Amino acid sequence: MEARTQGPPPKKAIMTGGEIERVIGELAGGVIRQCGDSQFSLIGIQTGGIHLASRLKKIIEEKTGMTIPVGVLDITLYRDDIMMGLPQPLVKKTDIPFEVTGSRIVLIDDVLYTGRTIRAALDAIIDFGRPKFIKLLVLVDRGFREYPIQADFTGMFVETSENETVKVQLKEMGFSEDRIAVFEKTKKG
Amino acid sequence: MAFKHLLGLEGLSREQITRILDQAVEFKEISKRKIKKVPTLRGITIALFFVEASTRTRTSFEIAAKRLSADTISLTASASSLSKGETLIDTTKNLEAMAPDIFIIRHSVSGSPHMLSKILSCSVVNAGDGTHEHPTQGLLDMMTMREHKGGIEGLDVAIIGDIMHSRVARSNIFGLTAMGAKVRISGPATLVPRDIEKLGVTVCKRVEEAVEGSDVVMMLRIQKERMAGDFFPTTREYSREFGLNLKRLSLAKKDAIVMHPGPMNRGVEISPDVADGTRSVILDQVANGVAVRMAVLYLLSAHVLEGV
Repeated sequence: MEARTQGPPPKKAIMTGGEIERVIGELAGGVIRQCGDSQFSLIGIQTGGIHLASRLKKIIEEKTGMTIPVGVLDITLYRDDIMMGLPQPLVKKTDIPFEVTGSRIVLIDDVLYTGRTIRAALDAIIDFGRPKFIKLLVLVDRGFREYPIQADFTGMFVETSENETVKVQLKEMGFSEDRIAVFEKTKKG
Repeated sequence: MAFKHLLGLEGLSREQITRILDQAVEFKEISKRKIKKVPTLRGITIALFFVEASTRTRTSFEIAAKRLSADTISLTASASSLSKGETLIDTTKNLEAMAPDIFIIRHSVSGSPHMLSKILSCSVVNAGDGTHEHPTQGLLDMMTMREHKGGIEGLDVAIIGDIMHSRVARSNIFGLTAMGAKVRISGPATLVPRDIEKLGVTVCKRVEEAVEGSDVVMMLRIQKERMAGDFFPTTREYSREFGLNLKRLSLAKKDAIVMHPGPMNRGVEISPDVADGTRSVILDQVANGVAVRMAVLYLLSAHVLEGV
């Protein structure tokens, strides 16, 4: 992977390095308490949720000795703005390596904002089968919901304005250190 | 990347072709699901107008459209008013009045889709026009090569047979040369168009020269229906001089793959032991056809609601 710089300076940094590790550890603990009594699986949403899902898998497996399957979900084909005349976004990999019907699923994304991504993800998962349940885990909830969706596990709430964007930058993406920061929205969003 | 029509691979850049192939790889997963459907193209109407016989291509486009939740209407020449004497332009304009968003056409006259793309306001996809181009076949062939060989740049690809009448050959030549492959062609002198070298290919007099050391051997169908005269004495002689058998195939690289766009004339351009052999990827080509067409329809659909 090409090395990435931290990019343009953020408006404000919310959290870095070890603090983020601690929050992810707490999230893992919450998932174990609520779901750890029997087999469950994780699904990370492309792209922000995927690295988060792998980290959670590692922590949960170390703490419980369970084997936790992890799926990868791209929601592009389920977006509600796909036919709005914009250039088509790149469809990335979807890979759900377990039987969805009957399974207990924790859906993972980095930032919860309008709720539209999660709506799309729920529809996408349900097209694979009928899960026993789906719980939602997010690292950051920044508000401004447009659909009635709330997370079951939330790492932190961050107050933002609508012309800001929250980015979770993890080492796995090529950044030199983990960072959660608020940026001014560019035209591209 | 946004484009309104897919009329041919001529003029497409390496980046554009790569984008389509990359998308096709991800679309392949949908065909492996239990519920083989995503809602992406809901509300989009796709007209399939096949004025020339087809099984693979029409079925493949139709499945691709349905897996993306588009509605399809399918017409064939014999069932349309063309058989009552209506012109192609009138028939298509009437079909257009029913507001399809994407118009997929196969026609025996080269350039028909290009003409229609100037008349119709919807997107036009060429599903094979006469002896000119068959872009989605070229794309699925390249997807299959990439899958088996890891990449296309630098590959030695031999295309053998009736080059003159083959739109598959032409689309592959345009696509493969754009992607940096080295293309050699061979066939009876009567079926190799003059000046084809200008498209950036090497012409080999003997099949053996073309096959030797190649990574991919693509055999073309002898297209009796397009031959207005006699281009070679007998099919038996054709098979002896230009057919692919195990002996000829042994000249290719050890891991070379064998391709054929179908329908095959078994025992003419390809011997059954090669067609059904371990190096044949002919059925992979068909499976990749659905994925490539899904990718093309997906990318084209960006235009459908433009300006709304």
